Amino acid sequence: MSTITGGVAESEVAPAKRPLARSSLWRLAARKLLKNKLALAGLFVVVFMFALCFIGPLFSPYTDNKIHMALMNKAPNLKHWLGTDALGRDVLTRVMQAGRISLTVGLASMVLSVFLGSLLGAIAGYYRGIADQVIMRIADLLMTIPSLPLLFILGALLSEWKVPTDYRMYIVMLMLSFVSWPGLARMVRGEVLSLREREFMQAATVLGLRDRRKLFKHLLPNLVPLLIVIASLNVGGAILSESVLSFFGLGVMPPTPTWGNMIDSANNLIDFQQRPWLWIPPGFSIFATVIAINIFGDGLRDVLDPKPKK
Amino acid sequence: MATADLLEIEGLSTYFDTEEGTVRAVDGVSLRVRPGETVCIVGESGCGKSITAMSIMGLVGTNGTAGRIAGGRIRYEDRDLLRLNKHELRTIRGHEIAMIFQEPMSSLNPVLPIGEQIMEPLIEHLKLSKKAARARAIELIAQVGIARPEQIAKAYPHELSGGMLQRIMIAIAISCGPKLLIADEPTTALDVTIQAQILDMLRQFKAESDMSILLITHDLGVVAEMADYVVVMYAGKVVEEGEVVELFERPKHPYTQGLLKSKPIMGQRQDELYSIPGQVPNPLELKPSCYFYERCEHAMDVCRRAEPTLKGVGEQGSVACWLYEEEAIVHG
Repeated sequence: MSTITGGVAESEVAPAKRPLARSSLWRLAARKLLKNKLALAGLFVVVFMFALCFIGPLFSPYTDNKIHMALMNKAPNLKHWLGTDALGRDVLTRVMQAGRISLTVGLASMVLSVFLGSLLGAIAGYYRGIADQVIMRIADLLMTIPSLPLLFILGALLSEWKVPTDYRMYIVMLMLSFVSWPGLARMVRGEVLSLREREFMQAATVLGLRDRRKLFKHLLPNLVPLLIVIASLNVGGAILSESVLSFFGLGVMPPTPTWGNMIDSANNLIDFQQRPWLWIPPGFSIFATVIAINIFGDGLRDVLDPKPKK
Repeated sequence: MATADLLEIEGLSTYFDTEEGTVRAVDGVSLRVRPGETVCIVGESGCGKSITAMSIMGLVGTNGTAGRIAGGRIRYEDRDLLRLNKHELRTIRGHEIAMIFQEPMSSLNPVLPIGEQIMEPLIEHLKLSKKAARARAIELIAQVGIARPEQIAKAYPHELSGGMLQRIMIAIAISCGPKLLIADEPTTALDVTIQAQILDMLRQFKAESDMSILLITHDLGVVAEMADYVVVMYAGKVVEEGEVVELFERPKHPYTQGLLKSKPIMGQRQDELYSIPGQVPNPLELKPSCYFYERCEHAMDVCRRAEPTLKGVGEQGSVACWLYEEEAIVHG
């Protein structure tokens, strides 16, 4: 076969100025993000918290979590920047170690719930019919039960069954994603319902592609912006839920520190009135991390949403 | 001759059930496409051209979409497309029968690079390896006359113009060497200079590969340029069909005559362009009659009462019009 070259010049490329880059969609988004100062600030705080929690403990001399009766409840000083707790452990180190757990739990449960939610939502929206009915009714059922009481019940069951402390962290992750996938599935399903009617999906059908390929190669990439935004907001929610659970003694158990159970251990009048260094640092960490993640997620939504805002 | 047809549609009816009643979008349409032939379906918007094409591709009534195929047969080679299961249909789609849509901008996935979208049918139907498919995709891009194929393969659809995207669509359609290409208004969304290039390209690929084309259009210029055989549709029915030269020189059905009259003539300024009076009838209110009679200059009593059938007139072609029936039937 020969080549047809009648008058098709390069000028047909819409904006011919810049070289075509593979990542141009993402590059555009990155450029937009750089202009969004608030989102950048959020991103900075998130990155800072991650760095603090995962790198910080490496420089701390107090990581062994030994009990020092002589150092009980010391106010912040030069050796212990955020003071020590009732067992003489360095609060700063524990806040950083707790952050590792809290952030890991938040991230892991987000990954799991995004995976579950987008898979089930995509299947429900794409195949409709019985699959849709079954999946969405289960989702509805889970959504009608307020998630906090549900988590409490599950947490109480964990204590009842005497699940080893080491495993509790993983089970808490599972619990958190279990309660958060329905909302996600519903959003993904809605998006898939509209995407599947689009002309390019018809074109994919006409090409004789398999359902699996159409679903995962053609539909899901279109959902990535939505998923990124949901996922980022989800992390904040998961960290918060984990903290609440741990605060009530139903999440990750001491001595493994999490931000929630650190606040819980300062849950008495004397600590509250006279030793603010015990509860302000973990509380502030939760607050700052969740706010920063939410602000960043909102910014991402603006950046990745192609529809113009008023 | 009949057995040699590549595609033969017989009495195809595609209905849409709405709350107000059943819309007969395609009502007993028959047509055939021979190997290497270009057949054009012409008609106004809403006369069922696209639905015919979608019915052939099995895009009607599947996956909970509206519409259903109420009757008829679509025979492709020795298989009835309406009876095939999902798997068999999939091996034909994109491989033996390919389709090009009207809107190139929305027919390509916005988040996948062009090259990957060309590779897909190659991997699926020709079982090429990823590497071979990529090389072939780049060849195909060059074949449809786009410069810098390597770079274009990495580009996303929003970075190309409509004309380029339609070339890409053609590249995808011809990638597996289809025997039949269904082109649903392939040039409607493009400007005139690009239109000509796209049509040229289709003609050339057809000449090189002995592919048949079923071209759906409302543009008589496109018909004159491309078609061997023309099928004129009106309100879901075939009202006239025939060889292209015969049909353009001696249109029989008043609708075809009207269509040809309403075409502007190059280099000639008319005070007022002819247009067929009235509008396509509401598909919900069709009664047994000639659907065109309200707009027809030659309408007779019989047109109001009964529906004309498609009958052969002359050596080639047929027409569904009472004007060409025997006197006895018309008045009797």
